[in-house]
Amino acid sequence: MEEYKPPALPSPFNNTTPPPTLLIQGAEAHLYKTTSLNPSIPAALKIRPSKPYRHPILDRRLTRQRITSEARCLAKLVREGVSVPALLALDWEGHGGEEGGWGGAWLMMEWIDGPVIRVVLEQWEAWMKQNAGSLDQSQVENEEARVRGLLRKMGAAIGVLHKAGVVHGDLTTSNLMLRPFANASGTVDGTRSPSMEGDVVLIDFGLASQSNQDEDRAVDLYVLERAIGSTHPRSEPMFEEMIMGYRDSYKGAPSALKRLEDVRLRGRKRSMLG
Amino acid sequence: MIAIGMEGSANKLGIGIMLHPKDGSPPQVLANIRHTYVSPPGEGFLPKDTARHHRQWVVKLVKQALQEAKVSVDDVDCICFTKGPGMGAPLQSVVVAARMLSLLWGKELVGVNHCVGHIEMGRLITGATNPVVLYVSGGNTQVIAYSSQRYRIFGETLDMAVGNCLDRFARTLHISNDPAPGYNIEQLAKQGKQLVDLPYVVKGMDCSFSGILAAIDGLAKQWGLGGEEKAQEDEQKTIESTIATDESLESTPTRADLCFSLQETVFSMLVEITERAMAHVGSKQVLIVGGVGSNERLQEMMGIMARDRGGSVYATDERFCIDNGIMIAQAGILAYGTGFRTPLKESTCTQRFRTDEVFVKWRD
Repeated sequence: MEEYKPPALPSPFNNTTPPPTLLIQGAEAHLYKTTSLNPSIPAALKIRPSKPYRHPILDRRLTRQRITSEARCLAKLVREGVSVPALLALDWEGHGGEEGGWGGAWLMMEWIDGPVIRVVLEQWEAWMKQNAGSLDQSQVENEEARVRGLLRKMGAAIGVLHKAGVVHGDLTTSNLMLRPFANASGTVDGTRSPSMEGDVVLIDFGLASQSNQDEDRAVDLYVLERAIGSTHPRSEPMFEEMIMGYRDSYKGAPSALKRLEDVRLRGRKRSMLG
Repeated sequence: MIAIGMEGSANKLGIGIMLHPKDGSPPQVLANIRHTYVSPPGEGFLPKDTARHHRQWVVKLVKQALQEAKVSVDDVDCICFTKGPGMGAPLQSVVVAARMLSLLWGKELVGVNHCVGHIEMGRLITGATNPVVLYVSGGNTQVIAYSSQRYRIFGETLDMAVGNCLDRFARTLHISNDPAPGYNIEQLAKQGKQLVDLPYVVKGMDCSFSGILAAIDGLAKQWGLGGEEKAQEDEQKTIESTIATDESLESTPTRADLCFSLQETVFSMLVEITERAMAHVGSKQVLIVGGVGSNERLQEMMGIMARDRGGSVYATDERFCIDNGIMIAQAGILAYGTGFRTPLKESTCTQRFRTDEVFVKWRD
């Protein structure tokens, strides 16, 4: 099987030095690291390449709708003071690609330095497992308290997001980052438990939409609950802590949490006909 | 081992005979015959009429299949039947026939999940080892991947099946149901040029079609393209000549344009959710099964997507894509080989039977 080549970058990213480096390739978008204005300022570049299987008109319509909706959400959240990456530039009619024509749309965002929370929790879980024998009761409690604190911060960050009238649509621990405080040393090695200091930053608003409905907010939380359950079994019992952080973050939280109870019961076990 | 497969969950009655040689050489299809109940244009198939059709044909088809396969009743090891999901009355009539044969011949029964039948037949014919499966038919729309003894559903329709959406639009336009409404839509869509704006509903890995059907039915009504008269008029036109082909651009859409737009929209949705599932599980193979899977445009779009991901698409032709008996025999014989039996007491059928309820003992 031939090696996969990502599609050519849209202009002007096809002739910047150094070239953007591909970080993640999803089904919808490719994420690159590049620079903005000045080679010392890093930036994140999200490209939605055109999908050649789709009818060109439909393809443009969808790509444009999705990238502008993502940008609108980001712009709104920055305005409301929610910690998300700032929007730097956008082109929904990206040119370039192999034929020099329609190459997809792109969105440039502020670069967030720091690990995603999935990594923090994984490191923590690995560290706990490794040192399980050498920790006494109070140390274990201390460690768990730190994770609780992080989960509370996550809950609060999501609360602020919902308060601003946006639902994320795809909350997982991979879409939450931890930006260390400016003065932190920031080195993570295997000998110490990972740092949990810093701001929680929400990223990837590709599936986000603007909504103030309890249902949408509850589904958002439910998705995160399921994601934590499947990727961080050890931290799952502490999901309650996240709920508490969420509950105190804005006025509408209790009614969204009430709805969460219903959503949990619904789950996914519908039977199909045919 | 030889198994007879009996399928009748919708308007097709299929009987297939499958041989799995004892020496482990590749399985052979000995017979695969099908008879379809075709309803008049503008109508769907009703359960009671379809059940009557199955009852009338089942004995004849079994006899014919045995003849074609050149096997006698004594050679048969088990009788496999569709347990579900499907329409109640047609399912029942086939189960009754299967029970009767079981008692008459003294052979054991194996109840098969229809969806698993499609997947196993697709795997056998195409040789795909561990693909993401898009199962699209008149009753089902699911994106499936195998993981630890289950076919797990990653995405599915939230309301109606994609085939149902196409079939019902064919009814609006009074397109013939022979050989299948979807096939005739596909042929008409080939003449379509103009893309009409339709809703596009993808939620994560799920999708929804009912709103699209309502929208396109509305458009057909607005432009007066539905109904019997228009269908006849259209037929007349294609017979007369094709002089006025290019003037259609930028003018009001034609029936062909609507079919074209509907296909482009719903197939894009299907390819998109399949791509998501592929990215999620990290697979490069995609297998399309089910009646809608025989649509060449869908296969083409899926092929482009798979190529861009460095993978490939596996699809079968109408013999194995559209409901058939051989797929029931194939899935049944695999289960039979692991010791699975359906005692007469439990040889029932059910309209609701999810793909992930089946314990897949024959794969590791």
